[in-house]
Amino acid sequence: MKRRLFISRLLGIVLGLLGPLSGRLRGSPAGNAATPKRFGMGIQIDKCIGCGRCVDACKEENAVPQEPFYFRTWIERYSVKADGDTIVQNIDERITPPREVEVDRDVLRSFFVPKLCNQCENPPCVQVCPVGATFATPEGIVLVDDKRCIGCRYCIQACPYGARYLHPVKKTADKCTFCYHRVTKGMLPACVEVCPTQARVFGDLSSTASPLTRFRRMNKTAVLKPHLNTEPRVYYSDLDGEVR
Amino acid sequence: MANGLRGLPDSFLRVLVVFLVLIVAVIVIGGALPTEFKDHSRHVQATIAREAALPIRFAGSTECGTCHDEARLKQIGYHRNLSCETCHGAAKAHTENPVEVKPAAPRKRESCATCHHFDPSRPTGFAQINPVMHFPRQACISCHDPHQAQPPSVPEECSACHAEIARTKAVSPHALLECTECHTVPAEHKVAPRITRASIPTERGFCGKCHDKDTATLQPPKIDINTHGEKYLCWQCHYPHMPEVR
Repeated sequence: MKRRLFISRLLGIVLGLLGPLSGRLRGSPAGNAATPKRFGMGIQIDKCIGCGRCVDACKEENAVPQEPFYFRTWIERYSVKADGDTIVQNIDERITPPREVEVDRDVLRSFFVPKLCNQCENPPCVQVCPVGATFATPEGIVLVDDKRCIGCRYCIQACPYGARYLHPVKKTADKCTFCYHRVTKGMLPACVEVCPTQARVFGDLSSTASPLTRFRRMNKTAVLKPHLNTEPRVYYSDLDGEVR
Repeated sequence: MANGLRGLPDSFLRVLVVFLVLIVAVIVIGGALPTEFKDHSRHVQATIAREAALPIRFAGSTECGTCHDEARLKQIGYHRNLSCETCHGAAKAHTENPVEVKPAAPRKRESCATCHHFDPSRPTGFAQINPVMHFPRQACISCHDPHQAQPPSVPEECSACHAEIARTKAVSPHALLECTECHTVPAEHKVAPRITRASIPTERGFCGKCHDKDTATLQPPKIDINTHGEKYLCWQCHYPHMPEVR
């Protein structure tokens, strides 16, 4: 009688343990079946006219403060001089007055480079966050939990691309989200939507038919600061060696 | 046990109590608390849900054509690839309430100049004007229809887009030569400038028509076209648009 009781209890324990375990086993393949999209952006520098409409659209769509120095995306003017100097300027009219139409003869070449969060595969900002407030979504987009963020600015220091800023009202770190609320509904990020010359291309890296995959097939692309092994998902074509 | 503890100093007992409380707290938090209290993924899910629910302000380019014929008309001009919202601004509110909320209709020169004022950093081939010189104080839309932006007509045919080249060429020895003297420009170049390109001289003899020592013209510098510069084309060393042509 004792043995029978023991065996029935043992059976009960084993079944009880197997129950949740089998549920987990059944759950896992279903999670993998729908491969999440991997979003990325392509930027064709030769097409950027530096009009700044992407910056304005970003500020409007994402309620970024209008004051200068708060940017989720911004445009830099690179002026490479004959003596080897390179001048980099944020061309936003809130910071820099519009340039005169005169051609500076000292400048060898000059061009615009749109910048934004590179949505790195190995994001340094996520590593350094002391409270785990920033993380990458399954789509590879790095987000900030503004209810967890303590505003310590460590991530702002850690980002090699200067893509983060401290929101002056919320006092938390803020950054480009690839317009997460738009792209998850199948829309384009606001900056890509308004770019008049299609200098920005957005798409799913894991799809062979996406505009971004086509962009990467047709152009020789490079990423910013590849030596840092952050593996950015913003791909530049016609990237000048002077761009940092 | 109790007797043994009683023998210890009072301060030690107090520390012991604190340690016991700490140990119990660690065990309770580590083992007894339900996992979802400590699970980071809940915060992640909450943030993702919050981000995904943010309001949309730009409706997207496909939205406009459902009501507006202009969106289809626009397809023949230079602005065919522009989103309506590039000029008219965020219009999600307009799609939700078309009668009361109207998107902006920019009519000032400044709004066109945002893209089209001359800037040397802009890629050559992009249509640019100097707002001070180019028909000052007149609204752009009195001559140009932004929904059917067309290639510019003579005499500003080339300089409209190639402003920087036109400026340097105007003070160069080649100032009096028409662009078409050296470049053959297919009609499609004006419609799809990046796909169909203008030609550049492909043989040395072309420059030699004026610059060879055997030619009759007096003015231009002369060289022996057969020996000077060896295997290179002239413009691979000399930039004909520059004042110095070096």
